[in-house]
Amino acid sequence: MPEATADAEDGPAFRATRGAAHQAVVEAVARAHRDHWGAVLAATVRLVRDLDTAEECVQDAYAQALRTWPATAVPDHPEAWLKTVARNRARDLLRRESAWRRALPLLVEEDLTPDPQDADEPPFVPDDMLRLVFTCCHPALSRDARVALTLRLVCGLSTAEVARAFLVQESTMAARITRAKKKIATARIPYRVPDAADLPERLSAVCEVVLLVFTTGENAPVGPVLVRDDLVACALHLARTLHRLLPEATEPTGLLALLVLIDARRRTRVDAEGRPVLLADQDRSRWDRDRIAEGVELLDQALRAGPPTRYAVQAAVAAVHAEAPTFEATDWSEIVGLYDLLLRLWPTPVVELNRAVALGMRDGPQAGLDALESLATEPALATYRYLSATRADFLRRLTRWPEAATAYEEALLLSDNDAERGFLEGRLREARGHIAEQ
Amino acid sequence: MAKYMVLIYGDEQRWDAISPEEMAEIDAGHRAFAQQAGPAVLASGQLESSATATTLRRGDGDGDTPSVTDGPFLETKEVVGGFYVLDAPDLDAVVKLTGLLAETRHDHSGVEITPLVHHG
Repeated sequence: MPEATADAEDGPAFRATRGAAHQAVVEAVARAHRDHWGAVLAATVRLVRDLDTAEECVQDAYAQALRTWPATAVPDHPEAWLKTVARNRARDLLRRESAWRRALPLLVEEDLTPDPQDADEPPFVPDDMLRLVFTCCHPALSRDARVALTLRLVCGLSTAEVARAFLVQESTMAARITRAKKKIATARIPYRVPDAADLPERLSAVCEVVLLVFTTGENAPVGPVLVRDDLVACALHLARTLHRLLPEATEPTGLLALLVLIDARRRTRVDAEGRPVLLADQDRSRWDRDRIAEGVELLDQALRAGPPTRYAVQAAVAAVHAEAPTFEATDWSEIVGLYDLLLRLWPTPVVELNRAVALGMRDGPQAGLDALESLATEPALATYRYLSATRADFLRRLTRWPEAATAYEEALLLSDNDAERGFLEGRLREARGHIAEQ
Repeated sequence: MAKYMVLIYGDEQRWDAISPEEMAEIDAGHRAFAQQAGPAVLASGQLESSATATTLRRGDGDGDTPSVTDGPFLETKEVVGGFYVLDAPDLDAVVKLTGLLAETRHDHSGVEITPLVHHG
C-alpha cells in the first residue's frame, strides 16, 4: 500500500487544506488529532500488536474522517468514531496479511482474559493509553528515543515536527524512531503497565519525558521563537492524561501542578517582538488566574497525597511566584527554603543555580554572586547559558559593568535562541554604555 | 517467549583483586538468580581469564588457513566473565532477574542483555 506508507511518513493527510468549505471539519479533525491521537493509537495497537501497522490504521481513520465528516457532520464522540474506524481497518489488514504478520515480532502484552465472543479482539480499556506511554518511556530506550516516540506515538506529531523540535534532520529523526520501534519489538519491551513494585520508578521516567517536552517547548534551545506552543500543549496533554489515569500517584499530580502554574504565565513571557521578558518585568495582570487556581489546587492535592516529590516542590516555587502581587513582594525566604528542600530531593547544579538566584533576591546581588562561586567550576554547568546570564545579572545589579559585559558576552556565546540573544544583546549594550560613560 | 543472552562484563584486574566478602556477595547473587530463574536458564558459564583465550582471524597468506593468536579478540580492560542464555517472556522479566546479580551493583562490572535472533 504505497499511499498509506506515504501518509505515515508525510504526516496526517488532513493537514492539506481542501478549500474553505471544509474548514470547520478540518478544524474538528485537527482537534480530534490533538486530543485523541494517542488514545486511538493505543486502542489499535492492542489489536494489531505492531506499532507501525497501528499507526497506519490510525492515519487512515483520520483521513477517512476528513472525507466523510463533511457529509455526515462531525460525530458526537469523535474519539469513539475514530477508534472504531481504525480498529476496523486493522481487522481488514489482519485478515489480508496474516502470512506477512507471521514474520513480524509482535508486541508482548500480558495475558488477557479471553473474550468468549471473540478471543482475537481485546476490549479497549483506559489502561491502553498508559501501556502506550509506559512502552514509549521504557528505561531500556535512550532518553532521546523516549521523547521522540512519545511525541510521535502518544501526541501524534509528525516525524518532521518531532525533528524540528530537536533540530535534527527529518531523516535522522525517522531513523531514531524506527530504531526504537525495532528495539521494542525485537527485545520484547512489553506493552504493559508496570506492576505495583516497579510503577513508581517507571512513572518517574515518564514524568521526566513529559517535563523534558515541556521545557523544550518553554525555552526552545534553538530557533526563532522562545516558546513552542505545540510542545507545551503536548506536555500538558500528557500530564493531564497521566493524572486522570493515575489520580492517586503523587508524581504526575505534582508535575501537572507545575506545568499548569508555569503555563499560566506563558502570555507574558515574551514581548510583542518575541523577546523574553524577565519574571520581574512581566505584567502580572495578564497571568491566567484560573490556571493559577487550578495549579494551586493540584499542588494541594499532590501534597495531601504523600511526601513531596521534586515536581510538587518545583510547583510550590511556581505557586509562590504566581501568588506574589509584585516581583519585589515575592516571599524570597520561602523560595530559598523550597530550593533547600528541592536540593535534598533532587540535588542538581541547576537547582543550586536557581537557589542562588533566589538568595540574590533575598539577601542582595552580592550574596547571589557568592552563591554562584562554587558553581563556576561545575562541569555540568560549564556550557549552561543561564549560569553566565545569572552572573551577568548580579554584576549588572552591582553596577560592576566591565565584568557584567564579559558575562553577557559569555552567555551570548552559549545561546542559539534568537529571542534570548536579542535580550542578552540589549543588556550587553546597556553595560557597554555605562563603561563608555565612566 | 524469547531467548536472551546475558553477558557479564567487568574489569579483569579488579576482579582478580576482589575481597572474599565481595566474592561471597557475588556468589549469593548467582544463587538467587538460579533459584529465581529455574528452568528459564538454558545455558550458563563462567569464563576463565582472558589470558587463556585464543583468537582465530583471517590469516596473512592467501590460503584458507586462519591465523591463530594468543589472547582475546578485543584487547580491552573490560572482558566477558560469564554468561547466561535465558528463555523469558519479555525484557522486563530478564531485567528483573539480572538485577539479582551483585555485578549490577558494583562499579567494576556491568551486565548486558541482548535478544537472540529467533529462527522460527
